[in-house]
Amino acid sequence: MSNAATEYTLAELCIVASAEAFRYDGEVLATGIGVIPRLAASLAMKTFNPDLMMTDSESFLLSEPNPLGERPADFQPATETWMGFSRIFDNVWSGKRHAMLGPTQIDRFGQSNTSALGGTYAQPKVMMLGARGFPGNSISHPNSFFVPGHNDRVFLAGECDYVSSVGYNPARLPKGHALDDIDIRRVITDLCVMDFGGPEHQLRLLSLHPGVTAEQVQENTGFALCIGDSVPTTPAPTVEQLAIIAALDPHNQRASQIAGNPPGKRS
Amino acid sequence: MDKRMSAREAVAQIEDGMTVGIGGWGPRRKPMALVREILRSDLKDLTVVSYGGADVGMLCAAGKVKKLVFAFVSLDFIPLEPYFRQARQSGAIEVMEIDEGMLLLGLRAAAWSLPFMPTEVGLGTDVLTHNPQIKIIDSPYDDKEWVAMPALPLDVSLIHVDRADFRGVCQIAGPDHYMDDWFARAANNTIVSCDELVDTDFFHDPARAREVFWERSATSAIVEAPGGAHPSSCSPRYGFDVAHFKAYAASAKDGGINAYMEQYLGADEAEYQRNVGGLEAITSLALPTY
Repeated sequence: MSNAATEYTLAELCIVASAEAFRYDGEVLATGIGVIPRLAASLAMKTFNPDLMMTDSESFLLSEPNPLGERPADFQPATETWMGFSRIFDNVWSGKRHAMLGPTQIDRFGQSNTSALGGTYAQPKVMMLGARGFPGNSISHPNSFFVPGHNDRVFLAGECDYVSSVGYNPARLPKGHALDDIDIRRVITDLCVMDFGGPEHQLRLLSLHPGVTAEQVQENTGFALCIGDSVPTTPAPTVEQLAIIAALDPHNQRASQIAGNPPGKRS
Repeated sequence: MDKRMSAREAVAQIEDGMTVGIGGWGPRRKPMALVREILRSDLKDLTVVSYGGADVGMLCAAGKVKKLVFAFVSLDFIPLEPYFRQARQSGAIEVMEIDEGMLLLGLRAAAWSLPFMPTEVGLGTDVLTHNPQIKIIDSPYDDKEWVAMPALPLDVSLIHVDRADFRGVCQIAGPDHYMDDWFARAANNTIVSCDELVDTDFFHDPARAREVFWERSATSAIVEAPGGAHPSSCSPRYGFDVAHFKAYAASAKDGGINAYMEQYLGADEAEYQRNVGGLEAITSLALPTY
């Protein structure tokens, strides 16, 4: 790409790669939880999918994404409708939403865990948030995942300690449902981009971030990945994309999202 | 009908073993003055239903909770609620962990006097594995299985609002009323604290009446409690108290809930407010930016 940037951070590469998840969504609510997913959804709306609907992360939908963090006192958000928490479910259960979230565990079925680790259910070793809205999200609308630290504790060898969201697990498939009803889109990490498009919904490597090898991704994943003969490199952000990201994130919150804020091109 | 009473009188209506719904969301517009009154009481063995924040953490830590019905417990900027984690990790409480939307459906079923609401939410997840009392049913209209989310009837609901009149007309002026209308409707006894008590004619402006989300017949008691959501937020009046929440979270590591209560709780709300810097300090807290 002629206007590809030469200098960019890994966070910026992940934002651009994550934005791609929303490219062909059409008119759905894009919900990015966390700085990188939120900037990704915002970038997608500002560039290749202007039909996306955008939340203010509180209680309104916006015609233009809000910049992150403190805004000038005279800032006017581009509100277009009210979307408080009770109304969120009217949207979620209609299926007109694509969420991108960062669970603590993701297993080979694409099931995820936001609730508890280790111990017993009555007395977990590490209690986290709880099931949150993951059960409803996962059975109602498409979802993508962002993982800032790709390792085999996140992508664990076994099944999630607690299954918050449904995946492509035949043993848990509800009666009358097909595995193809479940719609997990992209999995973006600090190493690569993946989807569940391998044989029998196996997690598949789509692209490697610059300087990362397929072996490195497999070593950091607790189960076998579907890896093709030649895996492309994740495209660098364009100069224009970096400018839009900078305007959406004027306080540079993206710099603190991946440990050490490394450059996008790793040697 | 004059529904005004003190926080102490209102909380005295709650009995051991009751199911108590708590409005608000995480660190936002929680009826904390009423929660504090429970902390000062001898109440025990409560079943608490909440989109949880420090309300849940405090009540768990103080030994008031037998069972918690929840989808999450979080302080937002402190994602993991420290005392809730301790309660779970020590096995101190029973739980019914469900999806956020299932909780809403359970409240709606209770409000509408239905035994359950059908939904596909929860299918395929451990919400069902760990809640065998939630039944899966066949549909009379298709060949799929569905979750029969049971009604969550509440003995009491505790809610905090911006303004109310003596008859129980309640205004929520902030950007979101969360699920408070359903908490009000699902309960036998809805106790509402308000930052400001107003005359009835305050609501004779249709724009203000639009910010009233349930009829006054669903309100049982009104407690005047300026700053009563502290340390949670009551937008647009005041934000949540970041410094206080940090001190609260730190107490979970050093001193525990007894040290926290010793330092802040006081004998009543007036003493609590003196311990946290006064009402003016509360109402000056900046609103959060999302």
